[in-house]
Amino acid sequence: MNSVSVRALLVRGMLAGLATGVLALITAYLLGEPHVDSAIAFEEANSHDHGHDDGVELVSRTMQATGGLATGVLVYGVALGGIAALAFCVALGRIGRFGPRATAALVALGAFVAVFLVPFLKYPANPPAVGDPDTLNQRTALFFLMIALSVLLAIAAVILGRRLAPRLGNWNATVAACAALVVALGLAFAFLPSGDNVPEHFPASLLWEFRMSSLAIELVLWTGFGLIFGELAERLIVPKAAERDERQPETAAVS
Amino acid sequence: MAQSAAPVSSRPALPEIAPISFKEIAPWLAFGGILMLVLLYFVGAEQGATSLIAGKDVHEWVHDGRHLLGFPCH
Ligand SMILES: [Zn+2]
Repeated sequence: MNSVSVRALLVRGMLAGLATGVLALITAYLLGEPHVDSAIAFEEANSHDHGHDDGVELVSRTMQATGGLATGVLVYGVALGGIAALAFCVALGRIGRFGPRATAALVALGAFVAVFLVPFLKYPANPPAVGDPDTLNQRTALFFLMIALSVLLAIAAVILGRRLAPRLGNWNATVAACAALVVALGLAFAFLPSGDNVPEHFPASLLWEFRMSSLAIELVLWTGFGLIFGELAERLIVPKAAERDERQPETAAVS
Repeated sequence: MAQSAAPVSSRPALPEIAPISFKEIAPWLAFGGILMLVLLYFVGAEQGATSLIAGKDVHEWVHDGRHLLGFPCH
């Protein structure tokens, strides 16, 4: 049990990312695509110069909404699953007395908040037609800067919590570290420029629903990841627990 | 978020899980981390603000995913 293989965990993280990517893909197709279509309809009805290819359609809408969407969401799931698995390798046994399953759940929660939710609060997902193509460079830079900042601050908060724990106790150290994180993020939010550029007459309800569907996709992705990867990691690291569980009827760890 | 003071009481204690040493993690973090970031780059940003491959095919193919996953697109 001492030498847990990082490679084995990385592979399991990518597989869990693929599996939960399928769930996220179903969510994206059912909840997200209708809003993408509505936004494109608005775009075509309202624009003289549309942001994308003029005239030639490289990929049909049907392919974008099926094969293209699947590629995007599944690769995203695999990549973030791999990164989260590596974060799990670092966190395991270092963030408190948590078993593999609980550590996986905490890492998934942390990743959801740091990688998606915090950047989303500052620079939320936008449907087609929202966002000026001329500002794409700036918006892209700010978006990735926000993710990097959010992840670095989250890591700093974990380290701070660990440092404070011996003095304040676990609970208070966690509260203090989270409070410091919130203050730092608040300052970042206040000083970074706003990225919004919603065209006039774009339906507010469509914008809201599109963003909620984006949130739902990520919630499904990370909940599924935490549960599936947690189960795989638990079985890998604590073989005894897996044996015990096998005697009970197994329900797959699907959200 | 905090190292435990491990109260040795009630409940059959969880087997202590030894952290994986950074020496062991580092090569995977470098190799896996870069590979994963490259994948994310192609899903989220290629042929948008920056472009390694000419054309618009990659952008158009992952277009819906890019919008729904929150990446800036157009
Ligand atoms: Zn677009």
